[in-house]
Amino acid sequence: MRADAPVLSLRGATKRFGGLVAVNEIDFDVAEHEVMGLIGPNGSGKSTTLNLISGALKPTSGTISLRGTPIGHLSAQEIARRGISRTFQLVRLLPSMTVLDNVRAGAVFGHRRRWGAEADAHAMKMLELVGLARRAHAHVGQLTYIDTKRVELARTLASDPKVLLLDEWLAGLNPTELTEGIALIRRLREEGRTIILVEHVMDAIRSLCDRCVVMSSGTKIAEGTPTEVLSDPEVIRAYLGDDDA
Amino acid sequence: MMTTTEYRNLAIGAALFILAACLPFVGGAYLLTIGVTIAMYTVLATSWALFSGPTHYISLATAAFFGLGTYTTGLGFEHLDYWLLVPLAAILGAALAAIVGVATLRLSGVYFVIFTLGLAELIRQLVTWGQNVSGQKGLYVLTDLTEVHIYWQLLVLAALVYLTGWLIGRSRLGFALRIIGDDEEVARHSGINTARAKVLLFMVSGAAAAATGAILAPRYIYIEPALAFTPMLSFQVVIMALLGGTGRLWGPVVGVIPFTFLWEAISASFPNQTTLLLGLCFLAIVFILPKGFVGLLTTIRTRMNAREAFS
Repeated sequence: MRADAPVLSLRGATKRFGGLVAVNEIDFDVAEHEVMGLIGPNGSGKSTTLNLISGALKPTSGTISLRGTPIGHLSAQEIARRGISRTFQLVRLLPSMTVLDNVRAGAVFGHRRRWGAEADAHAMKMLELVGLARRAHAHVGQLTYIDTKRVELARTLASDPKVLLLDEWLAGLNPTELTEGIALIRRLREEGRTIILVEHVMDAIRSLCDRCVVMSSGTKIAEGTPTEVLSDPEVIRAYLGDDDA
Repeated sequence: MMTTTEYRNLAIGAALFILAACLPFVGGAYLLTIGVTIAMYTVLATSWALFSGPTHYISLATAAFFGLGTYTTGLGFEHLDYWLLVPLAAILGAALAAIVGVATLRLSGVYFVIFTLGLAELIRQLVTWGQNVSGQKGLYVLTDLTEVHIYWQLLVLAALVYLTGWLIGRSRLGFALRIIGDDEEVARHSGINTARAKVLLFMVSGAAAAATGAILAPRYIYIEPALAFTPMLSFQVVIMALLGGTGRLWGPVVGVIPFTFLWEAISASFPNQTTLLLGLCFLAIVFILPKGFVGLLTTIRTRMNAREAFS
């Protein structure tokens, strides 16, 4: 047991789509300053779990609480204002705006709301953090793939979130970009941010996560440090099938 | 905190308004009539674009708000001071927009369009029914207001609409709407109350359209539902705004002026085929100028910049 109360906790969180149970009775806690990996094979319900936390979907049953307050019934915008911020599996930027304006969106409307020069300065600071300050006035259409991901990350960071949800943020990067991406998330970790990572890249999971929750077919099958869970026979079976376990 | 460009734009705007206000002293009766039409559509198209421009929700409810405004004047001018009627119409327009907005802005795309078109028709049928029951055919609005008074009132209203639009553009609300227009999902997940932002802007455009109706009622002298709630008005406002372009505050008026003259020519030469020609104009605009004159200008500017960059 941890002495301090968890920032985020899920108890029996369930999401059904008709007869399909996408997320089945999931329980887990995320402590402050912790980086938690949410891993599992494709279709295991990781992204749906993230959607439940961020309010994109409402849980069918179970509770999700942020510092002890239930948030499962709230809309996405209310959850964002309470301090849970996310990136999307397929990068979503604001196409008509500049890089800086994209990031300003997070600074102006997020958990801590800013305006005017304060919002500009904060957005700029976030762009420096992700290494994009020199592209601040570029149009988002002119960016490379990893840079679009940086913009999205800066936008979520600009809202000063209590919990950051990264949905396969490292997916689709080439080896060089991947090294940069992992270094960037490590920097966020060192800043003491609370992060949930949905990720497939094993190197990233090993080097970034304090703890992992493994999902398979909507259920939690393991929880522990990356080394523990990745050597768990049930986890190996879930990823590779019976023969390799 | 204003930049030099903003001061310059404000000065240009003010100069154009003073110039427009002088029209009755220099032009004849015909020019004044055209002026009233242009001022009317400028208010309607600009306020329409304030909402529909950033959100991309095409509203065909202009006639509903406009009609509400004309009937506010029509029913109220004998009982209330005339100068109270226009603000009253604006309040009623905003209230109707709030109700409609809360009920429908969760709808997206074509459902919203159909609902707004249906709304204007519904109100028209209700008023017609009310008149049948009471035995009245229409309303006479007899005032001593002249065309010049109406023109100046519309100009003041237009100035208010531009000022509101400019202030919204600089506010958090304006920024929220641009984000909503780009990606509503991102807007929600960034913490924007998307429903409230959309309803507020819809109320602004509803209030402006109702005020326009209230100002124009004395010009019609005799108002009836078919005139006050004509769906043609809603379509014309959309066409004019799209022709000008909704990306900039000054966009719609750039569409209103040429379209008003075009429409005058069509009405004079082909009085029986106006609807057909209106449809053709709509098609032509959508195909040739999908982003209006504003979009055309942006494209030209981008091309020129690109050419400079390569030369």
